[in-house]
Amino acid sequence: MLITQLKSKEIIESLAEGKIVIINCHGCKEVYFAEHEADELQKELSASKEITKIITTDYICNPDNLKLQLKKHMDVINAADTILVFSCGVGIQTVADQFQEKRVYSCCDTYQLPGFQGVTALNVDCGQCGECYLNGTGGICPITACSKSLINGQCGGAKNGMCEVDKDMECGWERIYRKLEKMNKLDNMKYDAPKVRNFGISKEK
Amino acid sequence: MRITELFEKGEFVVTAEVGPPKGVEIDHLIKDAHEFLKTRVHALNVTDNQSSVMRTGSLATCKVLKDEGLLPIFQITCRDRNRIALQSDVLSAALLGIENLLLLTGDYTTLGDHPQAKPVFDLDSVSLIHAVKCLEQGFDLAGNAVDGKPPKFAKGAVVSPCSDSVDVQLAKMEAKVKAGCEYFQTQGVFEPDKFMEFMEKAKQFGVPVQLGLIIPKNVGMCRYMNGNVAGVHVPDDMIEELKADKEKTKAGDTGVEICARLIKECKDYCQGIHIMSLGWENRIPEILDMAGIAPVAK
Repeated sequence: MLITQLKSKEIIESLAEGKIVIINCHGCKEVYFAEHEADELQKELSASKEITKIITTDYICNPDNLKLQLKKHMDVINAADTILVFSCGVGIQTVADQFQEKRVYSCCDTYQLPGFQGVTALNVDCGQCGECYLNGTGGICPITACSKSLINGQCGGAKNGMCEVDKDMECGWERIYRKLEKMNKLDNMKYDAPKVRNFGISKEK
Repeated sequence: MRITELFEKGEFVVTAEVGPPKGVEIDHLIKDAHEFLKTRVHALNVTDNQSSVMRTGSLATCKVLKDEGLLPIFQITCRDRNRIALQSDVLSAALLGIENLLLLTGDYTTLGDHPQAKPVFDLDSVSLIHAVKCLEQGFDLAGNAVDGKPPKFAKGAVVSPCSDSVDVQLAKMEAKVKAGCEYFQTQGVFEPDKFMEFMEKAKQFGVPVQLGLIIPKNVGMCRYMNGNVAGVHVPDDMIEELKADKEKTKAGDTGVEICARLIKECKDYCQGIHIMSLGWENRIPEILDMAGIAPVAK
């Protein structure tokens, strides 16, 4: 089972630029989703931000289903500057993959709990690290897309864009860099304090 | 002595790499270091279980070399130790008088001779540099005070100038500089044009860079590196050059010449060189003579 917990209001506000579409995923019974809190927060956001649509759907982790669910909202999505996703780490990666040039941001951190996990067919994976990095990495997870789960950029092991560990796997950081380039967000790679993972976090919950 | 002091004095800093043995017989390494390197290089990098192959430790080998009157650079990777062990080893280095560090993420475990091992990567090169900087400021990574006078190191890292994604490498280089990196050694360079182009972009960081050199021993080695070693590309004309005179190449002379030529072409663009001779330590004096690099003042 997974638990998603909302990021702080300050963080979510800082991500909300321009016209905003919100996507809530209430699909999986194996994921606890902070539905009520999300609803409250979205109401508060509406007061100060330009939210053009709130879409509540299910199983956005499945790319085909996601496309189908969003089909009737495409006009408003195309006009949006930012998509805020309230889902587990897999859902937000699927949305980010579908909208390559949009700013797709995660409003949740996903934690791990013992027991069953979701069983939806997936193209991407969530490490359930409890400190979601997707907002700085163009919606590509450095924990699961990088063999070494590096969070401060590419190691020296990529050759022709492929990973030193698995030659059939693209270098996750190369993908992240190219995605940020497309989003015009390469500044995300420039930060003063190096990121250090907190391995205690998922155990605390 | 910290090698950053040499860069500050404007010295063209020459270093070479030695790998600890798989076992505890280290006499051969010491003998070679005295015979071929002592008067020719400023400092010696000691690798940390290079290519994920288990060997005697870098720190212990550094201490042995220091006792022999050589200046060691302690290479530390994040592959085998978590942040507790890494910081502990950094403090141990200070205790033993080892003042030069090269801080790396490290090759993945499956590339080496213990593919079953658990890969650690609790920290990475950037956060490891940050951790060392914290210790220098009197605190550990968790913010706890470290007793007594804090240690001081020359903090180095690596970068791949000829990587096929050099922009991604430059972004990481910047992160390392911001974290406190004070000098860089590069992956082996065989393409001077790419190196110069890289240095043009890297000079904005204001941190000294040592050109990395690998002696191309033969055609097979070059082809292997082209297929398998990240950030290394030996151009076709250089492979042809190695093919042209088989006897000369077999004697190692072609590789030595290529290395010396690379130094001559690139030395105005960098602040030093770092030679990874992979067992050919005995050829280093010749390379340096040919490239016009004088013995170091001791």
